[in-house]
Amino acid sequence: MDQSKFTMNYSFPKNAWYAAARDVEIGYSLFPRKICNEPLVMYRNKAGKAVVLQDACWHRLLPLSKGTLINDEVRCGYHGLRYNKDGRCTFMPSQETINPSACVKSYPVVERHRYIWVWMGNPAEADESKVPDLFWNDHPEWTGDGDVIYGKCNYKLVLDNLMDLTHETFVHSESIGNDAVAEAPFDVTHTDESATVTRWMKNIDAPPFWVAQLGKDVKVDRWQIINFIAPASIAIDVGVAPEGTGAPEGDRSQGVNGCVVNTITPETDTTCHYFWAFCRNYNLKNVARTHQLRAGVTRIFSQDEDILEAQQKAIEANPGREFYNLNIDGGAMWTRRIIDKLVEKERS
Amino acid sequence: MRFSNEWSEGRIKSIKQVGETVRQFEIDIPAEVSFSAGSHINVEVYFKGHPEIRSYSLVGKPRRTSVLKIAVKLLPESKGGSAYMWTLEEGQKIRVSQPKNHFELTYGSSEYVLLAGGIGITPMVSMAEELLAKGENFRFVYAAQKRSDMPFSEDLNTLLGDRLQLFVQDEHGLVDIPALVNSMKKGSQLYVCGPMGMLEAAKLAWFQSALPAEDLRYETFGTTGLYPTVAFKVNLPRFNKTVEVSANQTLLDALEEEGIEVMYDCKRGECGLCQVDIIEYSGTIDHRDAFFSSEERACDKKLCACVSRVFEGELTLDTSYRG
Ligand code: FES
Ligand code: FES
Ligand SMILES: [Fe+2]
Repeated sequence: MDQSKFTMNYSFPKNAWYAAARDVEIGYSLFPRKICNEPLVMYRNKAGKAVVLQDACWHRLLPLSKGTLINDEVRCGYHGLRYNKDGRCTFMPSQETINPSACVKSYPVVERHRYIWVWMGNPAEADESKVPDLFWNDHPEWTGDGDVIYGKCNYKLVLDNLMDLTHETFVHSESIGNDAVAEAPFDVTHTDESATVTRWMKNIDAPPFWVAQLGKDVKVDRWQIINFIAPASIAIDVGVAPEGTGAPEGDRSQGVNGCVVNTITPETDTTCHYFWAFCRNYNLKNVARTHQLRAGVTRIFSQDEDILEAQQKAIEANPGREFYNLNIDGGAMWTRRIIDKLVEKERS
Repeated sequence: MRFSNEWSEGRIKSIKQVGETVRQFEIDIPAEVSFSAGSHINVEVYFKGHPEIRSYSLVGKPRRTSVLKIAVKLLPESKGGSAYMWTLEEGQKIRVSQPKNHFELTYGSSEYVLLAGGIGITPMVSMAEELLAKGENFRFVYAAQKRSDMPFSEDLNTLLGDRLQLFVQDEHGLVDIPALVNSMKKGSQLYVCGPMGMLEAAKLAWFQSALPAEDLRYETFGTTGLYPTVAFKVNLPRFNKTVEVSANQTLLDALEEEGIEVMYDCKRGECGLCQVDIIEYSGTIDHRDAFFSSEERACDKKLCACVSRVFEGELTLDTSYRG
């Protein structure tokens, strides 16, 4: 893929934390997943700590995920080489010594905010303080749940999708979209590592989804504040409050507030792992609501999945074509530029 | 991790004497590459007109660069690589591979101890730079025969200050390796690169301590043993032949030259594929591999033909050929 092209470059920075799995996906068993074009195998040791190794045996490259966990070590399913959490080989069959160069790559891992984060670049630069702060997922004043979607598109197409919610009007009209979204003006701001799109829709009819959350069908002030956190996370602060109760001025107490937490991890150039959760800070103890919201958002996102897969196919079917960009793409364009700069920095 | 060689044509940018018997080469390469701590490159050298491959560690801070720095010690009994390198002049072309690494740092240790002996310093410089940049807890012990042949010691001294301990054998005697190992706790890693005697001492001390085997890390290019490198004679009754192994040739090379096939892979004494059976010997077998355990060596029943030799004696061997 020619990385120099403008809108069609598939690049990603490697010196970054990427969500590799949801916390519930990883247990005391071998779990394979490809991240950033590299096959990985993950597991938790008996103490519950996540380990991520390269999923290719040093010996003859058999995926280690086809092997067995024995006492916190991975035994290759072919000739029995064993590796510890650091990827060092601890056993070789039919010889008394171990080849000193035998190892598989071990990746820096942090478990935070319900995700297992893995550092794909130079391990010496892995800095835990750089894990995206997706606190909503496990904050005592918030509740919610989500899932991971296998996205059949380059991860940037998902970022584009989330950075511009105008599409709600056309893709999700029966749930969260209505004309107000496509009509309301918005602001785009950015820093070196973030971009924000803010849209307030004042004194509008709430779409069906929000009527249900608010529990009444009244005129509302609605907000969507989309926060991109480089390189691949987007937290969308969303909600409605009865019109005129002060939400635009900062008093959201009469309204309902959610956060759509998204982090997208490249799998290959044309596929990605799309981790999301819908968190809310109201009705915290209502477990049924958590369940309904998760199911509802799953339905909504499946509409995006269709669009994104078709878009990826269209990119491949139209080689050499670049995107045009509209005013509505401002947020997405900043996202791409910030990522490009990070990639550029790594090359120099 | 093992990768196929990707060759490119480099050019010698500078040559500098950095020790009595050590020269540093800076090689310009056509495109930038990144290398990690402990990496080496393969270099094409010519020996009696035939191309051969030698590995040299990259010196300096791990980074993206189009200038690769290596240091080569002239070994009188060398396999030919260092002698060839020393004939090179600035501006000359040289074929080099991309950086590779068989000696990676494993991160997350509570303490790192780097032990370098002589020319074994080369991979350790990048490790020290990396550990320093990362703010890791580490110590560096660098030993050599004489002060005048201790490349990079001044730079390291400036860089590392108190973390560096220099041992000049002619002035202070040998490093007390058992004491060094005893000063380490579980969770520490020891990285060793140096002559066979040093590595053997470290392995023995490590084995006698309760430290986990995988935390002792070493790299050997299989070039030194416990005894001097001298010519020796090999008898091969199965082939009805006697072969002379010269001082600048390996046993494996000598056998191959005679058309006697031996399997091999690493050619650095690690994989064990080149092992041959010892029927009889005189003198001392100088095991220079990392494949056999000390018990196995003590029986002197087999040796790794790619690196091991005989000192002041003669060998009678058999290969796996049964035709
Ligand atoms: S391929 Fe894994 S042990 Fe051989
Ligand atoms: S070829 Fe690997 S030990 Fe000799
Ligand atoms: Fe959508």
